[in-house]
Amino acid sequence: MTAIAGKPISLLLLLFIFTTPLQQAFASETSDDNSLENAWETLTGKSYKKKAEAIEVIALQNPPEALPAMMAMLESKLYYSKIGKVFYLLKETGDNYEFTPLFDAETVIQENKQGFKKVKINNRLRSLIRQLLAVIQLKHNDADIRLAAVQELLKKPEVESARLVETAIEREDDHRVITAMQTLLAVIQLENGDEAAQLSAIDTLSHSLNSSAMNVLTEYKAPTRELHNKAQSAIKKITDKRDLYAKAETIFFGLSLGSVLALSAIGLAITFGVMGVINMAHGELMMIGAYTTYVIQLLIPNNIGVSILVAIPAAFIVSGLVGIAIERGVIRHLYGRPLETLLATFGVSLILQQTVRSIFSPLNRSVETPEWMSGAWQINEVLSLTWNRLYIILFCLAVFVALIMVMKKTSLGLQVRAVSQNRTMARAMGVRSQWVDALTFGLGSGIAGLAGVALSLLTNVGPNLGQAYIIDSFMVVVFGGVGNLWGTLVAGMSLGIINKLMEPWAGAVLAKILVLVFIILFIQKRPKGLFPQRGRAAED
Amino acid sequence: MIKTKLKKLALATTITTLSLASAGLAWAEDTIKVGVLHSLSGTMAISETTLKDTMLMLIDEQNKKGCVLGKKLEAVVVDPASNWPLFAEKARELISKNKTDVVFGCWTSVSRKSVLPVFEELNSILFYPVQYEGEESSKNVFYTGAAPNQQAVPAVDYLMDEIGVKRWVLAGTDYVYPRTTNKILKAYLISKGVNEKDIMINYTPFGHSDWQSIVSDIKKFGSAGKKTAVVSTINGDANIPFYKELGNQGISAEDIPVIAFSVGAEELSGLDTKPLVGHLAAWNYFMSVESDENEEFIAAWKKYIKNNKRVTNDPMEAHYIGFNMWVKAVEKAGTTDPKVVQKALIGVSVPNLSGGYSAMMPNHHITKPVLIGEIQKDGQFDIVWETSGLVAGDAWSDYLPGSKDLISDWRAPLSCGNYNVKTKKCSGQNY
Repeated sequence: MTAIAGKPISLLLLLFIFTTPLQQAFASETSDDNSLENAWETLTGKSYKKKAEAIEVIALQNPPEALPAMMAMLESKLYYSKIGKVFYLLKETGDNYEFTPLFDAETVIQENKQGFKKVKINNRLRSLIRQLLAVIQLKHNDADIRLAAVQELLKKPEVESARLVETAIEREDDHRVITAMQTLLAVIQLENGDEAAQLSAIDTLSHSLNSSAMNVLTEYKAPTRELHNKAQSAIKKITDKRDLYAKAETIFFGLSLGSVLALSAIGLAITFGVMGVINMAHGELMMIGAYTTYVIQLLIPNNIGVSILVAIPAAFIVSGLVGIAIERGVIRHLYGRPLETLLATFGVSLILQQTVRSIFSPLNRSVETPEWMSGAWQINEVLSLTWNRLYIILFCLAVFVALIMVMKKTSLGLQVRAVSQNRTMARAMGVRSQWVDALTFGLGSGIAGLAGVALSLLTNVGPNLGQAYIIDSFMVVVFGGVGNLWGTLVAGMSLGIINKLMEPWAGAVLAKILVLVFIILFIQKRPKGLFPQRGRAAED
Repeated sequence: MIKTKLKKLALATTITTLSLASAGLAWAEDTIKVGVLHSLSGTMAISETTLKDTMLMLIDEQNKKGCVLGKKLEAVVVDPASNWPLFAEKARELISKNKTDVVFGCWTSVSRKSVLPVFEELNSILFYPVQYEGEESSKNVFYTGAAPNQQAVPAVDYLMDEIGVKRWVLAGTDYVYPRTTNKILKAYLISKGVNEKDIMINYTPFGHSDWQSIVSDIKKFGSAGKKTAVVSTINGDANIPFYKELGNQGISAEDIPVIAFSVGAEELSGLDTKPLVGHLAAWNYFMSVESDENEEFIAAWKKYIKNNKRVTNDPMEAHYIGFNMWVKAVEKAGTTDPKVVQKALIGVSVPNLSGGYSAMMPNHHITKPVLIGEIQKDGQFDIVWETSGLVAGDAWSDYLPGSKDLISDWRAPLSCGNYNVKTKKCSGQNY
């Protein structure tokens, strides 16, 4: 691989340094036009090996069509007509496909791709093209693209690319790109430079977190004792730094898992914690929230970002209404009979699952993630936080704060607390306890719906979505202390972190089991959870 | 007077009903019953419903083409509801009560293991269409899905020889298929000179949705300078969050390719595949295979299901092959009697969808090509590599110490599913 990639880069380099219009004209005159033509034609063939050779030939001769063609190939937008094998670049314009010719030909616009075939490429070709493009993109106006180019070159450090970088670094003004370029130069120097150069290279590399830097250091065979020690301490320095960031990453993972747990448990904390209803259909209420997100996205297909924002209130309302229906239809008749409630709501959960299965089919539906929620926030080369997880942590906290506000500041919250503390007394004070029951259950269900919106962005939207989370939700509520919202939040977050701390050495399966065992033992010691409810209400 | 009239009326009604019933019976006798044992509810419904529809389509088409032995085929569909013991009950119901001559069904290995004793006791035929871990050969089961040597081993060969992979992550869901497959792969890799330190094995529970730390571990494992690949036996639902996390953490296929054995276009439908371009899957069939049979099949499927967006997958092809094999064997044998058809099936060869022929081997596995596909931006797979010829399914892996010496041959005189070539003994069934 290096052998194939290395040669054209060096030749390309020559072209780039010395290319003047005159020389370009000269080059194209002397170059074998036949071989270039052949190369283009090979791209329509089947053999990936031959295609790789052809791409190198094209890159080497570098006709003006080479760059757009390679970019299009990477995007899988390079097509050729089945008749005549003429190359076209595909552009999708709404309902139509627009085929712009690469060479002289007419633009074709049609509704489908009939008559055209894609130039197929595989991973090997993709990375070859990226390497070739990286050389060109070192001169790009956008600093981000330059940075990506340097990082691409860092994956396979070559003496030739280093020479190119040496000239580019003088004109560079973005400090991130400069650092990356310095790392690349240091990697090359460590392998090829004299002892003084190696010494300064080790020094530069010890500040880098790049994995190529680390690898070249570990494989480095020092000529002197002093250099060896230097290299070892550099490795230690890098490893220490990496470990630190790894710990930070684990905590973030824990918080993000915790926020999902807390989010799915907060609704339950209300229905189970405050009202004392064991609602086995809680997971299905989340599922309904997730499906609501899916439906909203079908209704607003062109603006995914907006559809997610619209889905939040919509899921709350839909799940809330279903919750109220369950309360009025089933649970109302079973207050004070926990076992029957459990069985009845389990039945309801099965009914809801099968309903969804009949309406939406048993196949999973997928909710598209908006652009601003995909990808990661790259803090440095080893630490990156994924955006969707960050947003879900924030969303969880927002829901939690809003819920606390409702419980503490509104009259509904006051009535809910009154009914849950002493139903008879509350009724004597003129609170319509049945109405409050329905609304409380609706509130808890609505929040389950909100959890569903978050889950739809992380996992499958399918009929079984709820089942996966119901046990975890109960676990969190029981662990946090029944009837205590703060307890739920703290319990969710700490279970998330415990789980993620254990996962690396115990494995995902065992970690889950250990967490369960831990909770069972914990409940033995403190039956009322982390934050038990105090006062008379807790006695019954 | 009125009473007698009433009596007469009642008698007349009874007679009509009876004659109607007997007419119905006569008609019923004229059909060949084909059992379809796929979950239509519960966890596995997501995958198995499609196979039920495939079977109904195949039977429908066969009836249109002409009957089998002059009789129409009639599908008997039952729903085992993703409940493994229920699979056994429903299988018994199909064979004993509904008198089906053949059953097409099951998806998970545990459901197959659950129905196996029933099929052996009643001596019927089951066609099993899904890739599985091997290490089994029953007289009554015909395995039209891939054995590990028809999927996992060639896939690893591809990565090793074509991509130059040196470090391996074997990630799977925690149950029998991934565990056995990974055991075989590990033994195979070590036999090829891979250092044990360069193999990382990871198991996750069913439906695992929080992949953050595992993906991050894979990223770290892959940054050690040697080319790394992930061999994924992650099952069903857990794949979407896994691939989402891969995309979000920016693991591109050029850095660390992931090759999957249970992910098809169907699993990826709806998922944003842009960050996943170049990740791989190994199957014996892809929807993008270019052959006339495949085009016909896809067109028929879309027409039957009345949805232009539905995709086709590997187990569907397995049913296509299995069903045609059975029809051919029945016509060859001239009867639907399972005992005779079992023997007639061996050696039967029918077209597969990738432009060649698949044959039933004496070990009840079939020959298939192995294809490697790369995920494209549109969620389809482009085939980037295929085995030069057909690969015959191997019931007992050559890389596991316990099964190395076992062979399976259901032809007389051996007639044994696990004959030990060293001790020269047939150890009977053990499953």
